[in-house]
Amino acid sequence: MDELFRENILEHYKHPRCHGTLEAADMSFEDANPLCGDRIKMDFRVQDGVLTQVRFSGVGCSISQASASMLCEHIEGRTLDEIKTIGRQDVLDMLGIDLGPVRLKCALLALKTIKAGIYGIHSDADDTEDM
Amino acid sequence: MSVATNHMHAGAAAAASASSFDPAAVRRDFPIFDTVREKPLRYLDSAATSQKPQAVLDAMDHYYRSYNANIHRGVYQIAEEATAAFENARKRVASFLNAASPREIIFTRNSTEAINLVAHAWGRTFLKDGDAIVLTPMEHHSNLVPWHILAAEKNVELRFIPLTSDGRLEVDALPGLLADGRVKLVSFVHVSNVLGTVNPATEITRIAHTAGAVVLLDASQSAAHMRVDVRAIGADFVACTAHKMLGPTGIGMLYGRRELLEAMPPFLGGGEMIREVSLTSSKWNELPWKFEAGTMAIAEAVGLGAAIDYLDTLSMDAVFAHDQALSAYTLEQLATVPGLRVLGPSAEYRGGVVAFTLEGVHPHDVATVLDRDGICVRAGHHCAMPLHEHMGLPASARASFHCYSLQEEVDALVHGLHAARKLFAR
Repeated sequence: MDELFRENILEHYKHPRCHGTLEAADMSFEDANPLCGDRIKMDFRVQDGVLTQVRFSGVGCSISQASASMLCEHIEGRTLDEIKTIGRQDVLDMLGIDLGPVRLKCALLALKTIKAGIYGIHSDADDTEDM
Repeated sequence: MSVATNHMHAGAAAAASASSFDPAAVRRDFPIFDTVREKPLRYLDSAATSQKPQAVLDAMDHYYRSYNANIHRGVYQIAEEATAAFENARKRVASFLNAASPREIIFTRNSTEAINLVAHAWGRTFLKDGDAIVLTPMEHHSNLVPWHILAAEKNVELRFIPLTSDGRLEVDALPGLLADGRVKLVSFVHVSNVLGTVNPATEITRIAHTAGAVVLLDASQSAAHMRVDVRAIGADFVACTAHKMLGPTGIGMLYGRRELLEAMPPFLGGGEMIREVSLTSSKWNELPWKFEAGTMAIAEAVGLGAAIDYLDTLSMDAVFAHDQALSAYTLEQLATVPGLRVLGPSAEYRGGVVAFTLEGVHPHDVATVLDRDGICVRAGHHCAMPLHEHMGLPASARASFHCYSLQEEVDALVHGLHAARKLFAR
């Protein structure tokens, strides 16, 4: 468990980056994990194919909130094409931990939300990633 | 016929014969607690599923090793033995629930299937446009979703008995809900899997019957922990599940009053549920087999029979007293944790379930911190999303008990909650 609540996770949880909402965002997407009630909303500002600003809001456990914070920090300033290549392993690498199937869903909620937002549609591409 | 039931583990008798109920002695009958592991197992999730005593494991193992055969058809010896063991389990359930006859006990996969059986076979046949069903906001999804499906199909209205602020049913509101005479069914949970509330089943049933409504009692959380006498309560249907009552997964039970079951069409079609089949039609078998299509969970029925024997040896009154005492102790101890909110009523209205939230710590994180010390609690909405919404919570953590639960497990829980608070303090 000390592994699961590594300092970096707790730090991001307690002091989330990119937390909040954007007025008149170019894209917004909200997703939830119905099993645990976690909910994340992402607002994106995009210019010339580059994600210039992202803000996340919502409720959730430390893993879902920390992964949202880390991911948002990671994607700000990147091109949409770059962001589309981010996968499940990248999130786990950022968190620095291995997760069982239940907590994996917490960790991947932010990525799912970002991808759905960036693709502009709810993509099935990641449906097997969190199984 | 006693093939399935004479494997009672000696420990249960020892535990029960002591003048007072001794959970530590009971615990020794459950091999999972002896399994060597990195950290001690502190299992506080019995509302999700209970652990299994040696007697249940032995009975199922013995069935598979000694007389595994399909039931009701074979005329050879082990098929006769298997059939007798399966039907003996039904008799054990009938006497456990005090049903008038074993024919009133239908085996299903679980409580959910038992409720779906009623919704399909009784609801589809006897409910019509404009009828109403009374439920409660504290139902498990298994006693909501089947009625949602039926309500959409039949244009049936769903009504809800309101909750008091401490999580009990406002039974005084029930006559008003029934007053227009349109309610044909009152379906409610006996013990809430979140709030722990023990609902006054006999009183609700009496009021519902006065208005001519049929009553379905979801006894998933109660039959495993307290005496459920279907005739004393008077309910028309009662759903329960074996895996919460020290038995195996994969088998549940529906009690149904005989006249109602007789009048209902079958639920699933297939083998065993028929008397005669021609190419274009069939005649239904008699009760209870009319509702049991296909090969049933035979080993599981045998295990269930053994679980009931085991519970009888402990005595349901002793099990419930133990649950209640442990809940009362837990409420007392949780009051020492700052920022902790207990959901549901005071100990006197409660079974062995205590759900809570801890300010500033998500229930998932609570559960993960507790897992460090081998403490198993449930985190989430516990298949009761409407109830959590009602309380303004996305989720909660839940500790729940059974006969093998110990006070020291509660102490470990409280200790872990203090640690979680510290870890997450911003």
